[in-house]
Amino acid sequence: MTPDIFRILPEVVLTLVGVLVMLTDASMSPKSSRRLLGWVAALGVLAALAASLWQGTLPAGTAFYGTVQTDAFSTFFHVLICGIVLVAILLSIDTLPPDRSPEQHHVGEYFALMVFGAVGMCLLTSAVELLVVFIALEISSISTYVLAGYRKQTGKGPEAAMKYFLLGSFATAFLLYGIAMVFGATGTTEVREIATLLPAARSHLFVLLAFGLMMVGVLFKVSAAPFHVWTPDVYEGAPTPVVALMSTAPKVAAFALLIRLLYGVFPLLHPLWMPLMWVVAAVSMTVGNLAALRQQNVKRMLAYSSIAHAGYLLTAFTGSGTEPIAAVGFYTAAYAAMNVGIFALLSVVGGYDERRSSVTDYRGVLYSSPLSGGLMLLFLISLIGIPFTGGFFAKFYSFTTAMQGGAGWLVLIGLLNSGIAAAYYLRLALSMALPSAASAKAQGLSSVGAGVVLAVGIAALATLALGILPGHVLDAAHAAAQSFAAIRGF
Amino acid sequence: MNTTVPAEWYLILSAALFTLGVVGFLIKRSLISIFMSIELMLNAVNLSFVTFAHEWHAVKGQIFVFFVMMVAAAEAAVGLAIIISIFRARGTLTVDQIDLMKL
Repeated sequence: MTPDIFRILPEVVLTLVGVLVMLTDASMSPKSSRRLLGWVAALGVLAALAASLWQGTLPAGTAFYGTVQTDAFSTFFHVLICGIVLVAILLSIDTLPPDRSPEQHHVGEYFALMVFGAVGMCLLTSAVELLVVFIALEISSISTYVLAGYRKQTGKGPEAAMKYFLLGSFATAFLLYGIAMVFGATGTTEVREIATLLPAARSHLFVLLAFGLMMVGVLFKVSAAPFHVWTPDVYEGAPTPVVALMSTAPKVAAFALLIRLLYGVFPLLHPLWMPLMWVVAAVSMTVGNLAALRQQNVKRMLAYSSIAHAGYLLTAFTGSGTEPIAAVGFYTAAYAAMNVGIFALLSVVGGYDERRSSVTDYRGVLYSSPLSGGLMLLFLISLIGIPFTGGFFAKFYSFTTAMQGGAGWLVLIGLLNSGIAAAYYLRLALSMALPSAASAKAQGLSSVGAGVVLAVGIAALATLALGILPGHVLDAAHAAAQSFAAIRGF
Repeated sequence: MNTTVPAEWYLILSAALFTLGVVGFLIKRSLISIFMSIELMLNAVNLSFVTFAHEWHAVKGQIFVFFVMMVAAAEAAVGLAIIISIFRARGTLTVDQIDLMKL
């Protein structure tokens, strides 16, 4: 019998570290450097990652009166989220404004918020009670709302936070109304009980309303079209290291929630949600890619690219059996590696003050800082989906899963979209290869600091490893999918 | 003697309040009003929870309401802080003028 506390050990570790960082920050003199706090936070997240891996060795089971469940599924996403947050913190240590600048005295809060956000995201992947799902989602969202507005001296920072906050709370209200409807239809909010009671629900109207409202909420969080309008503005206004985090970790957690809802709560509605995912996937990738084509700002372009990637991810849901869960799990890992990587390099090359923001600003980067430029090319290649990178294998796996489910037309749309997408990724690559007129000296990667080198190194290795030796992660993703099949009998 | 109000009425009221919140969110031009619309939506959901809790004789729904209120308070703290920071940076709370970034 595993003590309940072990089932939420990573969350406990993260909470303690977050509180420690906040208290240390408060007791430090206002002028002293806050870099140390970043390393403390990074070590704490590393400990949480170890705790998650250890959790994977426990037998699957629930705790706290069946509200939290750890199994291969939760372990997979815990490790992934802790990894993303670790890289984002390492990256932030060196790319946040230097000591003694006006924003420096908020750095402690910044790291604490990142860690607290991780608590919510991790909890979201192991929650099997909709109340815990709601709380976890809000913990992660509220932290990221604040982080999005971190550059409050600029005009764009608060605007980004405002848009993210308003549309985020709007979506949460929909999700919550959906939960209320599900409660009304079945009289419970526990995922497993709902799934068994749903076929005998007293009102089909409530069930359909619940499904629709909850989908609005979750599709917003994964920024799938037509609920994607907030993404470009928020990514443009938020500091680049924060975008590295929030374009990946909350999205990974939201996809875990989507899997939980589709396969855990509403397996009954499979004939209904499969066509829905088909349409949303097709619209997301088309809208994302077409809009990205005409963007000049690199961060906005990558924001639309992330919408397109949400589309490729949703494509997998048209597959049959539990195969989509494995495909989505693998895709989120590959997407996280390459997206964190490219935003990490953007925060080094583009700078915290965003001296480089538009595509043409990146001219000559390959010559002025060959290492950063070369790594950026690697991540762009992965985003395009060229073999031997994680991006290729993830897309391949997602599309084959869809093919097996009989969604041939969707795969065709996906392939056409991949072609369109190559155009704007290559535009950035080409711009980096052109000689620059004004020779603005770019900062070298190693001169920035050890944190950035570690962060970019981890992301680059993960991107390559997922493309060349995907076996381990693939096995873990399959185990995650299997744990679902065992419990749900899907 | 049965003089209680039918549960459906509460649900209809809840749906109406939620719809008002959505409409307010979409048409209002002041950030404060938009924020209030979201609070209205959350409270409409609370009404649904209480109604269902009464119908099912399940205390779970009422517990849910407490958590929603708590989260709404946390959200209000963050939301108002963001509104203040936007007012300091831009000197306005009209959404039409908060448009540095366009789609």
